[in-house]
Amino acid sequence: MIKVKIGKLKLKNPVMTASGTFGYAREFEKLVNLKQIGAIITKTITLNPRQGNLMPRICETPSGMLNAIGLQNEGLDDFLREKMPYLSRIGTPIIVSISGNNIDEFFILAKRLDKIRNISGIELNISCPNINCEGLVAQDAKETYEVVKAVRKITTKTVITKLSPNVTDIVKIARSAEDAGTDAVSLVNTFLGMAIDINTRKPKLGNATGGLSGPCIKPIAVRMVYEVSKNLDIPVIGIGGIMNAADAIEFMLAGAAAIQAGTANFIEPGVCGKIIKGIEEYLKKHKIEDVRSIVGKLDISK
Amino acid sequence: MKDVKAKILSNDKVGHVYYKMHLDAPYIARAAKPGQFVQVKCSDSTEPLLRRPFSIHKVKRGIEILYEAVGRGTDILSRKKEGGFVDVLGPLGSGFSMPDRASSLEPRAIIIAGGIGAAPLVYLADELAKKKIKTIVLIGAKTKHLILCEKDFKKVTPEVYVSTDDGSYGCRGLVSKLFHKILKTTESKFETIVYVCGPHGMLKCISDICMERNFECQVSLEEKMACGIGACLGCVVNTRSGNKLACKDGPVFNSSEIIW
Repeated sequence: MIKVKIGKLKLKNPVMTASGTFGYAREFEKLVNLKQIGAIITKTITLNPRQGNLMPRICETPSGMLNAIGLQNEGLDDFLREKMPYLSRIGTPIIVSISGNNIDEFFILAKRLDKIRNISGIELNISCPNINCEGLVAQDAKETYEVVKAVRKITTKTVITKLSPNVTDIVKIARSAEDAGTDAVSLVNTFLGMAIDINTRKPKLGNATGGLSGPCIKPIAVRMVYEVSKNLDIPVIGIGGIMNAADAIEFMLAGAAAIQAGTANFIEPGVCGKIIKGIEEYLKKHKIEDVRSIVGKLDISK
Repeated sequence: MKDVKAKILSNDKVGHVYYKMHLDAPYIARAAKPGQFVQVKCSDSTEPLLRRPFSIHKVKRGIEILYEAVGRGTDILSRKKEGGFVDVLGPLGSGFSMPDRASSLEPRAIIIAGGIGAAPLVYLADELAKKKIKTIVLIGAKTKHLILCEKDFKKVTPEVYVSTDDGSYGCRGLVSKLFHKILKTTESKFETIVYVCGPHGMLKCISDICMERNFECQVSLEEKMACGIGACLGCVVNTRSGNKLACKDGPVFNSSEIIW
């Protein structure tokens, strides 16, 4: 049995698509059985349209990649009008990722999305490292608290707060989000990184810096999931370089109630289906009835 | 589009640093159009991580890609043996649009290939020949050993002209100079469409010439890609109608649309 629960949200399996790596799902319709995925998290939408960053926006790094897309999107109105109808028809929970320039924008986005029946949850992207601002909400415990509180006030939908790993103490930030009433936290968003072309002497990204993702970040992400889940009561959703079922199970043993596959979708569009199958096989092999029984079951005895 | 495990029918060195891989991919071959590309997983591990995009060079019992072993991914690809398998996702992207025979003037195509840019243009030339559309091909490169596909183009049209920057083969000079020369000596009673693929500077140059002459000009652009299917927004091209994606709206664009 691989059903899991995040807040009041019931998922048929613990596998979700990470925001920014699956577009608005339609891009994958010919390649993937979308209905089979535990939940689809959309590309982040903002209140107003955003152009995104200058090219180049992506760059491969050892066992990973940097991205500095810059939250390019057509804005809330276009999302509701053009993307939501298709998403509604898929037949699996849709979680909309949102980002605001200030608390008011988070509030307005949450308020309007709260009214849409076919949206199962909202993920707060307070941690994108590619937008030009002084500091991220997710780098400040108080700001995290304020944003989550504002959103919590206006919606009864499942709220997931996506944390940044670019912090000194991710547990502190996670606790803040929990105190403010988030149903779950998801971690990690990308790590701030950079690459330089030694011939042109310029950064490989137009934005100079970008977010690092892929297998190379998995060890740090697993450690963070372990630390956060030890210290929180609410479910933790693990993200960071998951490429297969073994990776997913690693995160679940570390404490994740569910996981998101992101960069892996670029390499293998059908990866979510493979992870779901692989988890089922693992449970069968180890004669485990319910996937929930492996969450946090990392054995740290000496 | 589909993600298929394609058997390698052959993988041969065809030049200085160029390789041609023939893949048993009947679905992609059937669905493909000239100008489209495939995303190939070069490695069985996480290193290098991303797939590599290759234009479809030919369609014959599967597809052929013509590539340069220029980095880690293509280097690994060049070492793969006949009988092995690779994951191939495609066909992807928009293709070249072919002339409309219904127009009042007889259509003529001028294909301009710069270096490895010849790869997708061979497929295009094959299809234009099938439609019996008069085609002139110009091939340019820095030097003789970088000239590609001359024989392939000659199979489908007698009018193939070559130039090298250093004059080691064909005319001396840039292919744009060759383009000017050809235009001087040919008749103008045609509806001309120019198809071009090659280095960025060359594309812009040809695009400017076409604008002066009021020729439709279709360029195939190359951008670094992650997903290849329009989801990650990593490959944007600035156009007069806003940000477009090289993998989905392109790689072929009308040159007048592009903000160079």
